[in-house]
Amino acid sequence: MKMIKNSAGRLVPSEVNGQKQIPFKGVGKYKPKGKKAAPPIRSCIDYPADGNKVVKNLQEALKRAGLKDGMTISTHHHLRNGDALTNMLFDTIKSMGVKNIRWFPSASFPVHQHLIKYLEDGTIHHIEGSMNGPLGRFTSEGKMKGTGVLRSHGGRWQAIQDGEVHIDIAVIAAPTADPFGNATGDRGPTACGLLGFALADSIYADNVIVATDNLVPFPCIPWQIQGNNVDYVVEVDSLGDPTKIVSGTTQVTKSPDRLLIAEYIAQFFEDAGIMKEGFSFQAGAGGINLAFAVYLRERMKKKGIKARFIRGGSTKYLVEMLEEGLTDFILDGQTFDLEGVRSMRENPNHVNTSPFTSYNYHGKGNFASMVDAAVLGATEVDINFNGNVVTHSDGYLLHGIGGWQNALFAKTTILAIPSFRDRIPVIVDEVTTLVGPGELIDVIVTERGIAINPRRKDLIEATKKSSLPIRPIKEIYEEVNKICGGKPAKPKVKKDKVVAIIKWVDGTVIDSVYQVDK
Amino acid sequence: MNKNNFVIAGKKGDKIRSDCYVELKSKKSGGIKLDLKSKVEVMYGDDIRKTIFAMCDYFGIKHAGIYIEDYGALPSTIMARFELAVKRLFPEIEKESLPEFNPANNYKTKKDRLRRSRLYLPGNEPKFFPNAGLHKPDGIILDLEDSVSPMEKDAAQLLVRNSLRAIDFYGAERMVRINQLPRGLDDLKYVVPHNVHVILIPKCESAGDVKIVEEKVNELKKKHSVKNKIYFMPIIESALGVIKAYEIATASENNCALAIGLEDYTADIGTQRTNEGKESFFARSMLVNAAKAARIQAIDTVFSDVTDMEGLRQSVLEAKALGFEGKGCIHPRQIKVVHEAFAPTEEEIDKAKKIVEAFKEAKKKGLGVVSLGSKMIDPPVVKRAENVLKMANLKEKEN
Repeated sequence: MKMIKNSAGRLVPSEVNGQKQIPFKGVGKYKPKGKKAAPPIRSCIDYPADGNKVVKNLQEALKRAGLKDGMTISTHHHLRNGDALTNMLFDTIKSMGVKNIRWFPSASFPVHQHLIKYLEDGTIHHIEGSMNGPLGRFTSEGKMKGTGVLRSHGGRWQAIQDGEVHIDIAVIAAPTADPFGNATGDRGPTACGLLGFALADSIYADNVIVATDNLVPFPCIPWQIQGNNVDYVVEVDSLGDPTKIVSGTTQVTKSPDRLLIAEYIAQFFEDAGIMKEGFSFQAGAGGINLAFAVYLRERMKKKGIKARFIRGGSTKYLVEMLEEGLTDFILDGQTFDLEGVRSMRENPNHVNTSPFTSYNYHGKGNFASMVDAAVLGATEVDINFNGNVVTHSDGYLLHGIGGWQNALFAKTTILAIPSFRDRIPVIVDEVTTLVGPGELIDVIVTERGIAINPRRKDLIEATKKSSLPIRPIKEIYEEVNKICGGKPAKPKVKKDKVVAIIKWVDGTVIDSVYQVDK
Repeated sequence: MNKNNFVIAGKKGDKIRSDCYVELKSKKSGGIKLDLKSKVEVMYGDDIRKTIFAMCDYFGIKHAGIYIEDYGALPSTIMARFELAVKRLFPEIEKESLPEFNPANNYKTKKDRLRRSRLYLPGNEPKFFPNAGLHKPDGIILDLEDSVSPMEKDAAQLLVRNSLRAIDFYGAERMVRINQLPRGLDDLKYVVPHNVHVILIPKCESAGDVKIVEEKVNELKKKHSVKNKIYFMPIIESALGVIKAYEIATASENNCALAIGLEDYTADIGTQRTNEGKESFFARSMLVNAAKAARIQAIDTVFSDVTDMEGLRQSVLEAKALGFEGKGCIHPRQIKVVHEAFAPTEEEIDKAKKIVEAFKEAKKKGLGVVSLGSKMIDPPVVKRAENVLKMANLKEKEN
């Protein structure tokens, strides 16, 4: 395997799984030309005139879709850790004796460790998407046959559109669907909110299978997936465990240190002038992010300031802000609790979005870059503000990228992180894996102080009089090393064995993940 | 030597964080066999091994079987846990394996510094230590008494000692609550040489209790050439203590404050603690009066419902009205509320400004007596006014 040094100084392979790769050239530097990929031409006369596309089971649908060795099968993570369908799907593929599948999930969860046996026996060749928890560990130890490819939610859309990934069969879990294939996620026994992660697949895959445990007579209203893109509909007993799909209630962290970080961020919004009439922000569902939203809400109320829109991951906390009139809209990419699902179903101002509206590099603009500030997490940040969200300091791949890379394009990107976890420094000299370039990361908020990227002179100026503990990142880094007992040793990895590559939002390769040396 | 030749120390389990578990078995031969399972093996595994081997060397242990399960314990915690194992195995060993003294911990305190909030940290729970000071309490209390189980008193002594040396508490006053006497006397050697600022003496019932602590502290100060002041905060937690409050308050010139502990007090007088606090009104007033008569601070008990911030605020306002200057905190989130509630009102700030200005004016003119209008102002009144302004200033900063 030939390794090339990319513009970030990271070594990346020139070819992965037989596909040629383009090394990262810098933010906004790579623009592919030509036509977008397209699905094959279909004709309506080949589909039942009565609109009934229901086939007897998943195996039948896969058979009709022409499943064979080496195909690319996509699934989506809106059922999160409650997903039973993906496991069921690969049980079926295995029973059909098909091998070497490229699995193309929008994300994976610990529940998918069921698939490790299929990675071992050759049913699945490799994963392109995310390798979380047990699958990440498996990958890190060099046990996957092919090389993993990690993409952001936006990068997934980009890869489909520029033909980097051609999906043979998309299998979409639909909490409610009709026999024509119209589908929605906002209702049904396994309601999850929205199906945005499956939208690209429904448009670009050769074959689209909708699987539902709540088949309703035509028409399924509203539809988030259009039946006109769907080939087959399959009824299953259950798509999964509702308690693990969305939580009953999401809870704000109780950790005083994390609450302190959340308070600092809310104050930063006010002191830096981000919190102003008609502003917008993005916040996820991590413990710190939820608490941040709660504190920001107090400040907005006190000052009588209203947001124009909030980008979710929605939770009951954002829903309350919408219902109190503190924001005009929630533009939701993912729903994390039952209140979020209810609000999306009932409130026209709680809008479902997709990686196309928000994150796609090949879109004619993106919501993500229109957001005033995004609050995100990270596993590591280095003294040059580079961020890592996929590996830990011990070298293990444990998380996917999600929408993280895409959200970095907000006008101000804030990473909310503890400066160390137990004895593991989070602020390091150099990130184990580069996932987000420092030029896009503006502010690091830790319990030990706030570091502003020197590039953001405007933010430094705006917060000059703030009572917040604003400090150089190097100083926090040194303090943390001192607490933890010196600079942490780097993981021992096999530099000649790349187990996964990290794609940038434009499809270039920004870094490699290596096999850990046990 | 321990007769089983085998001891354990520290904690283990799925929920354990920032701590470690040690098994130590003495052997006749074979050298040191160390089996380490660490959450931070990649980053600090070699560092931990080095530390353990160095400590074996220091304590003269030549042959032993050591098993360590590490959950990301900081170096000073690992050292405390391993030393504990060594001392449980060889109780005859007296020498101490001290972590390096963090230069950030060299700061001093003052007898009359602000003591609005003091945050209790269970002495055997190292995970709470490194971030405690970030929440800006006026003081942190490393507790050796009620929050430590009787079986782990020795563990907490070593951990508190190491933490006083190594952990930065970011300017908070460094307090330790020792055990009830006479046991508490044995705690002193673990804290006096390590820049403790205030020693809290629990369940204090007589001047003698303070004096005996003072005597022991002086002996240790001399032995270890400790120059800095160490103050005392007797805690009154019984009917007898309340009656003797003034005697206790004046027992030593190193008393900086008198605190009340109401859980034990209400039990002692045979009643229940209520939110209204009628049952403790006498005791609290008595304590305030005794402290003020002795010209030291009066510090209120803790507020134990960590979820009820409004209740806490009311409780502090009431304490402030009774004459208390501080409140105990058992959760970092309480600190801000306590500071806000103790913060002076606009009226108080105005008055304080006038007093301080009059004092400056008098000083400039070389007048020995300061007066404001027709009233004479004593130095303590000026001091209090300065404190009011300091608090007002702090309040501004905190917002």
